[in-house]
Formats: sequence, structure tokens, C-alpha cells
Amino acid sequence: MFQYLWADLHIHTVLSPCAEVEMIPPLIIRRARDLGLGLIAVTDHNSAENVAAVIEAAEGSGVAVLPGMEIQSREEVHLLTLFDTVEQVLAWQAEVYAHLPDLKNDADYFGAQFVVDATGEYVRTNERLLSVSTDLSLEEVVTRVRALGGLVIPAHVDRPSFSLIVNLGFVPPDLDIPAVEIFRFSREEEVRQRFPQLRGYTFIRSGDAHRLSEIGARTMFKVAAPTVRELDLALRGEQGRRVEIAKTIASFK
Amino acid sequence: MKLREIVDALDLQVAAAADDLEREVSGGYASDLLSCVMARAQAGNVWVTLQSHPNIVAVASLLNLAGIVVTEGSPLDPNTIAKANEEHIPILTTPRTTFTVVSQLAALGIRGVD
Repeated sequence: MFQYLWADLHIHTVLSPCAEVEMIPPLIIRRARDLGLGLIAVTDHNSAENVAAVIEAAEGSGVAVLPGMEIQSREEVHLLTLFDTVEQVLAWQAEVYAHLPDLKNDADYFGAQFVVDATGEYVRTNERLLSVSTDLSLEEVVTRVRALGGLVIPAHVDRPSFSLIVNLGFVPPDLDIPAVEIFRFSREEEVRQRFPQLRGYTFIRSGDAHRLSEIGARTMFKVAAPTVRELDLALRGEQGRRVEIAKTIASFK
Repeated sequence: MKLREIVDALDLQVAAAADDLEREVSGGYASDLLSCVMARAQAGNVWVTLQSHPNIVAVASLLNLAGIVVTEGSPLDPNTIAKANEEHIPILTTPRTTFTVVSQLAALGIRGVD
């Protein structure tokens, strides 16, 4: 009944201005397969326009793909938002776009934002400035994503910037999040020692991959299926589901 | 200098804990990263920030700060105001920038922690 899935829930594509041009659907899926990952999430900055292409590229590969986005809240906190369907993530994207400033991306400064198809071919350029804060608060992001049936995981909380812990000091007590993410090179015990305020929160470790070699980071989910509801249960350690971070840190070559 | 004198001199709006302005201000600190505030701000300091999340109240309360100046008209969550009233942490608001507020505080003789 249960599957054990190695997962990387934080992967950028060429839509993210800071991602390498190699971050196209077929190469992401090939890399995920090579690493034995059973589950990935596509989480570009404040946009989901390449999600459907990665899902299409994953067909028949054995890699499950969750639609997602990495949101930048008003407090400059990065949050992984994960969903089950493309419809859900596009509904969320519409809300997010309405809360981004109406500014154009400067591709020379930030990098280009490419929308591609399942083969990685160029479709169009997203001209909107994505590397910027929405005017949604942390709480508003969590409430809205939950209402759409999604899941929120604060990203790279142990990094020096765009981190919930660095920017806001601690997790607000009633925030409806099941877990926090630590950086790809971080060890759980060391992060727990450094940030005792994270006691009680489950950790995942993700690649925050902006290039193929950064995919991995090795978090294992014991779930009945790769769905948001199952991940939520696993992150809360309920109904026999659970999550575990690999003891070793993969070398990123 | 008392917090009330700063409110008057800088023409700040009092958004919360209006009855708690008699506190003596020991100095000032400015940052939008709450982890830095937790590490460096001193008891009795006035803290200048454009962060308006409810966590600012918990941090100010933990450190026993004199009050918080929220700059650039950053929108205050009703929760932030309610918590500040509960914890007796004055929240003072202004449309001006952090830079301007800090320079005005310095002109009043308020010094930094270093």
C-alpha cells in the first residue's frame, strides 16, 4: 500500500530568471530518473507557466510531478506552495499575479524568463518581473493556498536571505504549515541546534535547483500516493505516513 | 528621553499601546531582519523597521524594547495592533523612510547600540 519516494520538492526551470538554460523539462526529468527520484515539484519564482510542460515531459517516466510555485511574501520570505493539479496552480498564479507589482523584468540584470514546451523548445518570454515580493503577507499566502487545496512549506529557512527564520525570527505560532525546508547542503541536527525555535517542525531538504547538478537533496516520503494530502500526512507523521532526510549529503557535481 | 517626546518631535502616529509612551528610551536600532534585531537590539531601544508582521511585537516584547516605529506607511495587520496592545508595546507609524526617521532620532540625541 505504501510507497517510499525519494523527492525533491524545490526545482526551478528556465522560467526562473536565475535558473540555468539547462533547466528544461526533458533534462529535469532525465536527471530526476537518474537519481532515482519518484517525486519532484516544479517551483519557479512567483509563476507556474512551465509546470504543465514538465508534467507532460514526465509522462511514462515514473517520476511524479507536483505543480507548484515559490512565492515571495511581503516580508521577503520564500515559500514553497504545492498543489495536485495544473488548474489549482494556475488559479493560484492568477491570484499571485494580481499581487505582484506591474513591472517588467530586466533580463540583462536578473536573467531571462523562458516559457518552454515539454521538449524544452522556446514558446515565449515571460516579461513580468518575477524576482520580487508579492504584497501578500505570509499568513495570506498560507490561507489562500490552503483554500485552494494546496500545501505551504517555508523554503531554505537556514539561509541568510529570503528565509522565514532570518526575516521574521521564528515561525508564527498558529501558522498552518506542516514542515520547513532546509538548504541542500544542510544537516538536520546542525540546523536544529542553530535554530531551537524550529523545535516541533518536520524538516525536508530540497535542491532549490537552479541547475541540473543541484537536483536531489534526498528527502524520502512514505506515502500511499504522491498527492498533497498524502504529503501533508507524511510531514505531520500521521496515519503511518512519514518523511525522512537522508543521513548523507549528496555531492553536487 | 521619553518615547512620548519622540512621538511629538517626529510627528508619529500612535497605532497601538497609546498608554505606554512614558518609557525612557535607551537608544535605537534599525533593521528589517528580525533575527538581527533579536541578536543586537537592547532593552529600552526604539526599533525602526518597515516590517509590520505580528512577529515584530513578540520580538519587541522578548527584548523589552521601548517601542517600534514602522516606516513607509507599511500596512499593519490588525493582529499586529491587537498583540501590541496586549503586550503594551507601542507601535508608531510614519509615511517617512527608515533613513529619515533614524536621522531625526539621531538629531534628538538617540544613539545606536554600537
